[in-house]
Amino acid sequence: MIYDVIIIGGGVIGCCIARTLSKYDLKICLLEKEAELASGTTKGNSGVVHAGYAAPREYIKRNLCIRGNKLYTQAAEELNFPFQRIGSFVVALEDSQIKVLEEQRRQGIQDGIPGLEVILDKEKIKYMEPNINDEVVGVLHAPTAGIVSPYEMTFALADNAATNGVKFLLNQKVRRIKHQDYTFTIKTKTQEFKSRNVINAAGLYAARISKLVGLDYFEIMPRRGEYILFDRNALHLNKILFPTPTKVSKGILVCPTLHENTFVGPNAQNITDKKDISTTEAGLKEILEAGRKLVPNLPVRSSIRNFAGLRAVPDTYDFIIDNTDIYGFINIAGILSPGLTSCFAIAEKVVEFLELLGVELKIKEDYNPRRLKPERFKDFSKEELDQKIKEDPSWGRIICRCETIPEKEIINAIHAPVGATTVDGIKFRCRPGMGRCQGGFCRPRVIEILSRELNIPYEEVTKRGEDTNFLIAKTKDLTLKEIEGGTE
Amino acid sequence: MKQYNADVIVIGSGAAGLAAAIEVKKANLSVLVIERDKELGGITLQCIHNGFGLKEFEEELTGPEYIQRFINQIKELEIPYILNTMVIEISNDKKLYAVNNEDGLIEIKAKAIILAMGCRERTRGAINIPGFRPAGIYTAGQAQRFVNIEGYLPGNTFVILGSGDIGMIMARRLTWEGCKVKAVVEILPYVSGLLRNQVQCLEDYDIPLITSYTVTKIHGRDRVKGVTISKVDRNFDRIIGSDKFIECDTLLLSVGLIPENELTLNAGAELSKNGGPVVDNNLETTIAGIFTCGNVLQVHDLVDLVSAEAKRAGQNAVEYVKNRYDKKSSKKEIIKCLSGENVNYVKPDRINKRDLSKDIIFTLRVNYPDRRVLIQLKDNNNNLIYKRKKIYVIPSEMVELIVNLEKNGIDPKCKSINIEVIPRPEVLIEEE
Ligand SMILES: Cc1cc2nc3c(=O)[nH]c(=O)nc-3n(C[C@H](O)[C@H](O)[C@H](O)COP(=O)(O)OP(=O)(O)OC[C@H]3O[C@@H](n4cnc5c(N)ncnc54)[C@H](O)[C@@H]3O)c2cc1C
Ligand SMILES: Cc1cc2nc3c(=O)[nH]c(=O)nc-3n(C[C@H](O)[C@H](O)[C@H](O)COP(=O)(O)OP(=O)(O)OC[C@H]3O[C@@H](n4cnc5c(N)ncnc54)[C@H](O)[C@@H]3O)c2cc1C
Repeated sequence: MIYDVIIIGGGVIGCCIARTLSKYDLKICLLEKEAELASGTTKGNSGVVHAGYAAPREYIKRNLCIRGNKLYTQAAEELNFPFQRIGSFVVALEDSQIKVLEEQRRQGIQDGIPGLEVILDKEKIKYMEPNINDEVVGVLHAPTAGIVSPYEMTFALADNAATNGVKFLLNQKVRRIKHQDYTFTIKTKTQEFKSRNVINAAGLYAARISKLVGLDYFEIMPRRGEYILFDRNALHLNKILFPTPTKVSKGILVCPTLHENTFVGPNAQNITDKKDISTTEAGLKEILEAGRKLVPNLPVRSSIRNFAGLRAVPDTYDFIIDNTDIYGFINIAGILSPGLTSCFAIAEKVVEFLELLGVELKIKEDYNPRRLKPERFKDFSKEELDQKIKEDPSWGRIICRCETIPEKEIINAIHAPVGATTVDGIKFRCRPGMGRCQGGFCRPRVIEILSRELNIPYEEVTKRGEDTNFLIAKTKDLTLKEIEGGTE
Repeated sequence: MKQYNADVIVIGSGAAGLAAAIEVKKANLSVLVIERDKELGGITLQCIHNGFGLKEFEEELTGPEYIQRFINQIKELEIPYILNTMVIEISNDKKLYAVNNEDGLIEIKAKAIILAMGCRERTRGAINIPGFRPAGIYTAGQAQRFVNIEGYLPGNTFVILGSGDIGMIMARRLTWEGCKVKAVVEILPYVSGLLRNQVQCLEDYDIPLITSYTVTKIHGRDRVKGVTISKVDRNFDRIIGSDKFIECDTLLLSVGLIPENELTLNAGAELSKNGGPVVDNNLETTIAGIFTCGNVLQVHDLVDLVSAEAKRAGQNAVEYVKNRYDKKSSKKEIIKCLSGENVNYVKPDRINKRDLSKDIIFTLRVNYPDRRVLIQLKDNNNNLIYKRKKIYVIPSEMVELIVNLEKNGIDPKCKSINIEVIPRPEVLIEEE
């Protein structure tokens, strides 16, 4: 079988492209090297849907961001992923910074960003965001900026794409691509796939994939950003808070999440190892100090987790969105920030490219743009809950106490169109282990449910795929081995 | 919706919940115990080591043996309980909502409620260890559950961070199973658990204890490959150049327990700085008729103390239902109890003026170890009410004081009393 389109990479970009193309009568497959989708950069970022005033005008990412922001309204509605336009503040703490804000506003308005305004009235600022530093002198308010849960959104995109016929294959690391007679042959460790067109959305590894077809014209370097996440209820922010930008970066922000937590981060460290998502002592200090400048009462004692994500920084510093010289091979590379914001606009570009390549884009008769919202215990009224448990008792078995997640939500996550197969997969889909106890109690239960639903032994359940097994042996195994060894 | 009624509802069936329920039943009131796990007993069920019951039964029992004695009484007294049922909400008129997979949502009306939800362990995030986030990082209690209840070993070679009791007990337990415990690493200059555990669990098995060190980095992307430990100074800042690498495939955290108080907050009761509810000398929270005891109030090191505290909570709930429920609550006059020098927290947080003639049980923990100290109670006008000598104090051992404030001549008009643990001014030969 020959696919029309193969997408390499199951991050938000790959999944968004898959979902956008699933509208058309095409044979599509997405290959992801990890055991779960959204395992790369998509898992570790700020989740801010930027308004679009930040990037310089000469970069294509500026317009894609502005367009992408607009497209979120419809997408969130169709796909039912959590998204809120809470608005952002760029915070000036010194008078000299006001002119930076004024300039961002002026250009932003010219480029069609709605509602941008510079607020200098301190009382008004404090009213809109009581936690802001008292030394604030002004802010740039962008009401269209929003927050999203990047991985929940990615799962929504993938589930909807799968419902519309896209095939998702995990644990498939692309190792070789052969190009002959307008057909690409893609090899992974275990399988071979053929396709007319290939879309490279491999994130940090996009340059490597591009080189597999002989296209060696860019490099991607990892730039790490670290975060600290605070407990729910520790602080309630209304707005996303950015410092006034310097030439180097958009800076370290303090931001609420859709799950009522708050985080501070990211910093920016150029590193060489594309797998190094470790956090550092110096880095955690740095972000706390920076965060305190925006919100002096950061609830440091209520931190529940630290993590890091890697930006895929191309040597051009701009998105690489190319219908390349190799017919049918599309590069979507170097998708650093604001890639998450831009994804729907990037997917539109891909559709244009395929049209140029002569791919017939006929809308499927049975295309269903909707994904139902996953049913959540917390969203039910008391009566509904009672009814649900009567219909299916697993609604009444609470697995995660911190977040009140019943067994049924976990079972649903496993049996979703692109279902979870690992403990992290479950955690990112329905949050057991995300709360205060970080899995202290529920992890054994989740392992048990995965083992049962996937019909695999307990010891084979992993944290996030190959080589991340949780448990080593049954008790008594080690001692038995020693005894056996001793008698030899 | 299924409905229940009882005079007193007990949430949690650990050592605290069971002892409280038994007291209520003995006073001929109706009581119902609600437990989210599949069996009665709480955390003691996984504590298969001995060391329980020395005070309560004057015998050395294992956790399950200790709790079984209470479970037997529950059965003898025919105290009703529901298992696999989690309380998810407490409304301000003392209605509870709970769920389980047989009955669906359950509504329960009570005259008084006893909160006995226990505590949970602090995790890595709470202490912000930098590094990767691989498989192979567990809290000590989680590992204890895996080994003792589920029958699985979570690793081969271990480093344990934190010298809390559970960590030390697990060091020994894992050694018995043939695992290698490379070190127990403690950030403080001294062990944070009980001395008896240091001797019986670490020293007897030659498990190295490294104090004034902490884990500063976790290595390994997929599975833990090792940890870097570093010496810390007095402010717990890393001393540059002191790093050491220890190879291991599992890191256990034994870095403290936090009372489990989501429901308490949900009921509208106030919490104090130790993480437990604010209580008066009757273990009543800031909401009339809601009482609390056990680890949800304060983390206890000995189960015997939990049982004793729970009995008082049970008796006080009975008193409430019999005498105060249905009556308009008159505004309580209280005296606040404040933590002074070297006092981390003290319970109760407040004392009812009408109870000044009664013996009040104070429990407190110190911030740092000290020898030859004086524990003093002074009122807000700096009048000394009570003092007691103690040879030594350490944070891992809860200090209990029983004081009759009236007999000690407290000024009934005072607003607060301050409790402090200070070095003894004069060197005394004779001890308490
Ligand atoms: C710290 C940080 C903060 C950010 N904040 C924001 C923000 O607030 N707003 C915003 O809009 N953007 C933000 N971004 C940018 C945004 O996160 C990215 O643009 C977006 O996640 C990129 O998605 P992706 O799908 O391209 O990459 P990824 O999520 O990395 O997906 C690429 C996928 O390809 C897979 N893959 C790689 N090689 C192969 C192979 N050989 N075979 C098969 N599969 C392969 C990988 O496993 C991975 O799953 C931030 C980024 C970082 C790092
Ligand atoms: C690992 C460990 C080792 C110990 N070792 C010793 C020792 O050697 N000697 C000694 O004397 N003491 C020891 N202790 C101390 C002592 O055992 C405990 O302090 C005591 O058992 C705590 O009892 P509890 O009832 O307060 O809490 P728990 O036993 O934790 O009971 C709380 C119960 O409440 C239930 N619950 C919580 N929330 C809800 C809800 N919403 N709905 C329904 N049910 C709920 C929980 O499932 C649990 O069963 C140890 C403690 C621990 C944690």
